Amino acid sequence: MAKEIEAAPSVQLSSIAVSETHGENSPYFAGWKAYDENPYNEASNPSGVIQMGLAENQVSFDLLEEYLETHPEASFRGRGATGFRENALFQDYHGLPTFRKAMASFMEEIRGGRAKFDPRRVVLTAGATAANELLTFVLADRGTAWLVPTPYYPGFDRDLRWRTGVNIVPINCDSSNNFQITTPALEAAYELAESMNIRVSGVLITNPSNPLGVTISRSVLEDILDFITRKNIHLVSDEIYSGSVFSSSEFVSVAEVLEAREYKGSERVHIVYSLSKDLGLPGFRVGTIYSYNDEVVTTARRMSSFTLISSQTQHLLACMLSDKKFTKNYIEVNRTRLRKRYERIIEGLRSAGIECLKGNAGLFCWMNLSPLLEKPTKEGELDLWRTMVHELKLNISPGSSCHCSEPGWFRVCFANMSEHTLEVALERIHKYMEQRRT
Amino acid sequence: MRLMLSGKATCNSHGQDSSYFLGWEEYEKNPYDQTRNPQGIIQMGLAENQLSFDLLESWLSENQDIAGFKRNGKSIFRELALFQDYHGLPEFKKALVQFMEEIRGNKVSFDPNKIVLTAGATSANETLIFCLAEKGDAILIPTPYYPGFDRDLKWRTGAEIVPIHCTSSNGFKITARALERAYQEAQNRNLKVKGVLVTNPSNPLGTTMTQAELDLLMDFIIEKQIHLVSDEIYSGTVFSSPNYTSIMEVLSKYEKAEVWDRVHVVYSLSKDLGLPGFRVGAIYSNNDSIVAAATKMSSFGLVSSQTQYFLSALLSDKKFTKNYISENKKRLKKRHASLVSGLQNAGISCLESNAGLFSWVDMRHLLKSNTFKAEMELWEKIVYDVKLNISPGLSCHCSEPGWFRVCFANMTEETLEIAIQRIKAFVESVSRGHDKAIGGKKCLNINLRKKFSKWVFRLSFHDREAGER
Repeated sequence: MAKEIEAAPSVQLSSIAVSETHGENSPYFAGWKAYDENPYNEASNPSGVIQMGLAENQVSFDLLEEYLETHPEASFRGRGATGFRENALFQDYHGLPTFRKAMASFMEEIRGGRAKFDPRRVVLTAGATAANELLTFVLADRGTAWLVPTPYYPGFDRDLRWRTGVNIVPINCDSSNNFQITTPALEAAYELAESMNIRVSGVLITNPSNPLGVTISRSVLEDILDFITRKNIHLVSDEIYSGSVFSSSEFVSVAEVLEAREYKGSERVHIVYSLSKDLGLPGFRVGTIYSYNDEVVTTARRMSSFTLISSQTQHLLACMLSDKKFTKNYIEVNRTRLRKRYERIIEGLRSAGIECLKGNAGLFCWMNLSPLLEKPTKEGELDLWRTMVHELKLNISPGSSCHCSEPGWFRVCFANMSEHTLEVALERIHKYMEQRRT
Repeated sequence: MRLMLSGKATCNSHGQDSSYFLGWEEYEKNPYDQTRNPQGIIQMGLAENQLSFDLLESWLSENQDIAGFKRNGKSIFRELALFQDYHGLPEFKKALVQFMEEIRGNKVSFDPNKIVLTAGATSANETLIFCLAEKGDAILIPTPYYPGFDRDLKWRTGAEIVPIHCTSSNGFKITARALERAYQEAQNRNLKVKGVLVTNPSNPLGTTMTQAELDLLMDFIIEKQIHLVSDEIYSGTVFSSPNYTSIMEVLSKYEKAEVWDRVHVVYSLSKDLGLPGFRVGAIYSNNDSIVAAATKMSSFGLVSSQTQYFLSALLSDKKFTKNYISENKKRLKKRHASLVSGLQNAGISCLESNAGLFSWVDMRHLLKSNTFKAEMELWEKIVYDVKLNISPGLSCHCSEPGWFRVCFANMTEETLEIAIQRIKAFVESVSRGHDKAIGGKKCLNINLRKKFSKWVFRLSFHDREAGER
């Protein structure tokens, strides 16, 4: 027999649940919507919207697939099935020892052996999204702030702020010096926070940078380290694109700079890594925090209970990343393919009269369309963006979504599509630029 | 000037200094092994289900292609590797809700669009509380409860837990009086009550909730206009009558009323399927706002697409699930009976139970005095002398000393036998007055005792840790 209840005012959800800090109602999602409603397909929908807003690495899957085919034990097939039970039970937040070790050595390999990583300092999380949020919970109190150089990955607004209650204060970078971080800019950001009565907990950089596609130079890293030491605050270096640097010698990790300083003051420094970009495995949710601070390692590890990596996936990747023949080849081939893609898109854009920031890493280029703006304003940029999405049918990311202080810059991804699709995109841009000239 | 970490880093809400974890530490130092360390400590504090792996292993050997990222002979590795949509793999959600329905005897139906996937129930519970509560709010939880809740529900959310005291006088069932008292206590502490969280079947009791309790809970949350979270992660471990009644079944009696928006279920495959390593948890709710918010939050703890795909195939195999559910229950029932009768022979009784991977054991008669201090002394003896890691009731916030949770599904039958023999021997020695003084082991245990005492002190006086803001 059904019971009848009087309607009553419903109890409130938490303020986090009802806030908009997850950022998903921003206007930039219109680009995604346009793509979802009319996705490009080489065969069935060649005039659809091409997705150039997704920083995925699809250029090296064949290498991964080949590995899996020839190593059935990595997926518990064949004789490898004997380890299934232990693996299914394994939920220790220290992580699978073989996997932790493999991760540490893979990180060393990517840095050309120029930095050492101790597996005991590796904390595993379900993706870099989780790693960044977790580090924020550990290092920063509600109401304090991260200083983050602009332009930055739009997801940080959610990952660093939503549930943590921590703020982001921008470190303004601009094209006058190729968007490099300078000490005056760091100081200005710190002062801005102070003027708003916000205590600064640290600086968070992405190196190589998203969306710039450029590595941070050693001297800038030294400046940043000096700055955080002076202020006695933390530094988080998000190095998830470190394996996507086109030439190995050009990437300097903060780990290398610390080693050169004999780890003085290193307890302030923490590195975030992930396999989503370098290995192209965002679905597997593999992130890590590497901290030189013992207390942070212990606390972060305990907190990782909320975001552990599937042991099934840890096992698979432990096998793969422990195979030095595989990793050496993968890193080299992947790098070469990304560089080729990058060179193609730069050349294609240049011949259409479009210049990009000189990049050396990442899965995207930072395109300068400021000469095309009707008005040198955010609105002008959004107008141009809408033209890109609805007329050229290219979903690219406007600089304002990355909090860029100068209008007219766009992030364009090139590694999440086939070579043919890239050509189609370039052709559309060519046509558009020709039309504009007449 | 000291380099600062957050308040969350320096406080103790992670709960890792509690005895629940300390016993674990001792086990790690001297773990029992049938051949290599037969004198070691037997782990009986871990609620794992190791009884039915052979069924999973044989499915795996017959479905190697699934493990190999193939669907109908074609490789879908690329597709899975790229799949990070927080809405979850549709085929997995479908298979999961069907499995949940099967466990509930198909007496309820679940909509795959109302389920949110998370990296384990640990993540699901925390995420739900993030959606429902914050600093200044309280969640009411019946005692005794799973020690992990102190970390999962309070640490990063800032919410508080206020206990609903249950006692052995009525088999630890929830009463209207206990609910009211808890609500009142929250008010006295200036906390806004946002909801009640229950575990059904219960951890650590191993019992399913009665119809009366379920109705009582519904009446209570309707009257107070608050939420109800039902953690049903042990729903597949109900091995004997009374039959299991999920809160969802009760809810269906209330015709699409506003209360539908305030009842939520948490599930996981860690206990029923014995796959804690795979990190598969879920939140189920009829409340669209909660589903929407929780879905976005799940970005911080998604389930590996590799695992989603593997399990979607496993759970879609109805022949497998039907056999697994029934066989698993049979084995749990048998194990449970072995432990209970073994303890009975030693003069120790258990709370009558019909579910879970553990028994709630009554050792009050073995206490020197009716105090938690005596409980701790007994526990230390059991860990160090009898060499069994079991969980003391205090770590589960039990209001009466002398109760212990003893797990039975995470070891072989032989190991369980040995554990029972050790208990028997211990009880006999106690009754013969050959009660071993802790004496010689005192200095070894001093750290343990200090940590435990500090923790007991904190609990009794609801003290807040220095450094907590």
